[in-house]
Amino acid sequence: MARIFAYIVHKNGVADDTAAELPVAARKIDPTEPCTAVVTGWGADLDNVCESLRASYGEIWKIAQEPLAYPNAELVRKALLAVLPAGAIVLTPHGHFGVDLAPGLSIKMNAAYAPDVLDIEGVEGTWLKAVRQEFGGQVSAHVRCDLSTGAVLNIRPGAFRPSGGARAEGRVVDQSAEIGPLTAGRRYVETIAAETGDVDITKQPVLVSIGRGIGEQDNIAIAEDVAEAMGAVVSCSRPVVDAKWMDKSRQVGSSGQTVRPKVYLACGISGSFQHLAGIKGSPFMVAINKNPKAPIFRVADVGIADDILEFLPALAARVREEGCVAGKERRQS
Amino acid sequence: MEILVCARRVPDTSENEIELHGAGNDIERDDLVYSVNEADNYAVEEALQIVARTGGSVTVATVGGEEDEEILRREMAMGAARGVLISDEAFAGSDGRGIAAILKAFVQAGHYDLILTGVQAEDGCAQVGGMLAAMLDYPFASLVTSIEVLEGRELKIGREIEGGSKEINGIDLPCVLSIQTGINEPRYVGMRGIRQVASVPIPTPGASDLGIDPHAVGEGAAKMKRVDYFAPPAGKGAEMLGGSREEVVDKLMDLLKAKGGLN
Repeated sequence: MARIFAYIVHKNGVADDTAAELPVAARKIDPTEPCTAVVTGWGADLDNVCESLRASYGEIWKIAQEPLAYPNAELVRKALLAVLPAGAIVLTPHGHFGVDLAPGLSIKMNAAYAPDVLDIEGVEGTWLKAVRQEFGGQVSAHVRCDLSTGAVLNIRPGAFRPSGGARAEGRVVDQSAEIGPLTAGRRYVETIAAETGDVDITKQPVLVSIGRGIGEQDNIAIAEDVAEAMGAVVSCSRPVVDAKWMDKSRQVGSSGQTVRPKVYLACGISGSFQHLAGIKGSPFMVAINKNPKAPIFRVADVGIADDILEFLPALAARVREEGCVAGKERRQS
Repeated sequence: MEILVCARRVPDTSENEIELHGAGNDIERDDLVYSVNEADNYAVEEALQIVARTGGSVTVATVGGEEDEEILRREMAMGAARGVLISDEAFAGSDGRGIAAILKAFVQAGHYDLILTGVQAEDGCAQVGGMLAAMLDYPFASLVTSIEVLEGRELKIGREIEGGSKEINGIDLPCVLSIQTGINEPRYVGMRGIRQVASVPIPTPGASDLGIDPHAVGEGAAKMKRVDYFAPPAGKGAEMLGGSREEVVDKLMDLLKAKGGLN
């Protein structure tokens, strides 16, 4: 079988969590073939990342060149093409960098491309059988991917759990000399940090989070009312921000904020993996959605199959009622 | 600026609950409501806003069959000057690479400064734009959330990266950009608008018109194939609260109190 490589995403000298997940996927393709890490970058950050990978990879290919200091997919693609052997299988994380790099890389390698892979069920002949999701996670799908001329597989972050344990004592191999001068038609200028809004949802213990199920802008008042009664704050998923109904600073997800509440009420949210990636710290999650098959019910602790536009006002009324009772009890004691 | 937008007709997930049909290996396709892929619609709106500033025109193309014409007319009603239905029996069963190869031939038969796609369709592959760019040797950027036209055949673009941050890049024209939802507010299209473009002819070039080798595309050439659909694993699964709405509210109140959900 072909040699398997893991492209390591890193930032500020620290490898992404997916660096520990890609070897797990690689073992499901070929348990006998140790997976090689490929790291591009520049300077001390790159060296630190390579060093940190020695525990989990037998071999780490380091590619250092100053234009690679910021990960520009076009430059990285050229660097990879200069070092990868024919027929290689390349694993990359399916994130904002992976979708920039992988499709074009597969074309230039004349290799197959399988995006957003959740699981790998094995190889029959030259065909890999993998699991994906479609329709925002509402259904799963088996796909077959032809490995005969190599492949690029974009692996869903978090889908392959690192087993830990094995200490590889890997060696770092400097491949920088294989790369010629790199130029690209796209040039990194700067990163603009996320705007901070009126409320910092990352510091809230209780979030009432709304999604597409809120239906229209005027209905946001329903969520705000229940949040006010509960002493919580309203956050949201991507469609609500796309529609310009709430600020980007209120968006939970991989392209929005990462939140760590104690309690998370997901209201009319389908539960895409991009949204779930923004919820950390295992909060108590309540999902309310009128579609009983919504993917959110697979991950929530408690589910309620109901229309949020009717359920939330009932909840708000009840919270206020109890609040009055509790208030009275406090006054009496 | 001459802009090509590659669009696709998909089952509308905001209108449908996608379910497996009885045999369990495909989705239930009866009564599905189709529409233009959401991100593609944002791409068309972005293209229209760019030509409103710089001049030029917008062409919308899709690879498909007769049934896909409706999305071309919808995007023409938004303001696209032309709709093109790239259609041939040989294209059936193409994977992302096949679709990109077909679009490459179409692009090379015209003159476009900028090619836009939606960031992804209902299959979540997010692949055709990046593949097309590589085939054309054009620069590419995915997840684009802003476009500014600069002097000298260059764009300043913003890309969505992690944590709500935005990555700013300069990119040379011609290029391919995949457009993220939320980049703009797509204009409304009424029935009247669609009626006005109902009789505008839509060209339907096929493999031979575009010089495409039928064996290089379609199911036979596909390196990635979907085998079947199946129900996602249940995971730990939520405990569903049943009963009347009042009973459910009661149960939820108890849980919220226990878990610190009421402040």
